[in-house]
Amino acid sequence: MQVEQTEALWLHEHYELSLTELSELSGLSEAELRDWVDAGILAPADPQTAQWAFGADRLVTVRMACRLRQDFELDPDGVALVVTLLDRIHALEAEVRHLRARLPRVPR
Amino acid sequence: MKYKDYYQIMGVDRKATAEEIKKAYRKLARKFHPDVSKEPDAEEKFKEVAEAYEVLKDPEKRAAYDQLGSHQPGQDFRPPPDWEKQFGDQNFAFDGGIDLSDLFAAFTGGRHRTGRGAGAIQMAGQDYEVNVHITLEEAYFGTELEFNLTMPEYDENGFLLRVPRVLKARIPKGATDGQRLRLPGKGGKGLNGGRDGNLYLNIALHPHPLFRVSGHDLYLDLPLAPWEAVLGTTVQVPTLGGEVRLKIPPGTHAGQQLRIADRGLPRPHKGAGDLFAIVQIAVPTVVGERERELFKALADGSTFNPRGHFERR
Repeated sequence: MQVEQTEALWLHEHYELSLTELSELSGLSEAELRDWVDAGILAPADPQTAQWAFGADRLVTVRMACRLRQDFELDPDGVALVVTLLDRIHALEAEVRHLRARLPRVPR
Repeated sequence: MKYKDYYQIMGVDRKATAEEIKKAYRKLARKFHPDVSKEPDAEEKFKEVAEAYEVLKDPEKRAAYDQLGSHQPGQDFRPPPDWEKQFGDQNFAFDGGIDLSDLFAAFTGGRHRTGRGAGAIQMAGQDYEVNVHITLEEAYFGTELEFNLTMPEYDENGFLLRVPRVLKARIPKGATDGQRLRLPGKGGKGLNGGRDGNLYLNIALHPHPLFRVSGHDLYLDLPLAPWEAVLGTTVQVPTLGGEVRLKIPPGTHAGQQLRIADRGLPRPHKGAGDLFAIVQIAVPTVVGERERELFKALADGSTFNPRGHFERR
């Protein structure tokens, strides 16, 4: 069997995706993505520029939002609400991880 | 092909109404959806539920599923003769390791998607997601991972079967817990010229015996003897990139975080997080006679009062 060699691309905010790339990768139309930006589900790096660029980590959010929309049969407002709450949960989890990391392990 | 009892998975009767099935799905989705649930095996369980709902919510697919008859879950079985003809012009390589879900994934609006012939629809390949665990050392240095996956594909005769694939992916430096990567075009094959899907990796870090992780920063407990903290010293501190010498200033107290710059995990583009050594004052529990006398002399000779603030109220 042939072994396929491949390079992995970071989904990290440092790397940018255009609106078109985000649309292609997520399966959502550019129009839908614009609606989602309006609804506050995601934001381009600089909303003032004509050509929007998104951090590659936004693809993770978009894919999650798509999954939530499909799996829970949500309308756009529902998606926005769930994404907002999940963002808060993830931020809290990161804070907990941070605090836990700073706590010394009790030696035996 | 192994049988799955979709009604049992959803906890509904075989005669359940569409409304009852929807309600059951909603309840189970809330309980097991991986973005929402903290249950163990949530992802596996949700996958099962979603697969069952996908079939039972669609009247055509449900009818086709019911026609397969009732079998024991996990039992090998074949659809009755003419089942394939009745539900579309599809061909399945039942010895090709296909899954029950593959059977129904090929339904599209009453017509089967076919892998060959005129009038075949172009479709983009499916995206796949894989959870990957790596060690801190692998994250620090970068690593190469090998995956064994099976994906449904159409062979040259248009038969649907599951094809095993071996993928080798280079993970560059920069990973941390929760970091995600995309392997372009390594998902499901596109149909009739449609583009191939992507493979997404979710990185999780194995716990490390020494270091704790927060983002790209690392935390390490640094026990010091009481005299080391009072008098100051130099210690050897392990890092993922080798040992470093750390100067401990005199009068260092417990809980202090000593920052060792850039010795955390590398970031994807450039730079790295820091390593924080968290000072602990370690007390010997087994003390010889001479040590005990020295400590007593110290206690007698010192005016240090760590609990002064208890009294000054």
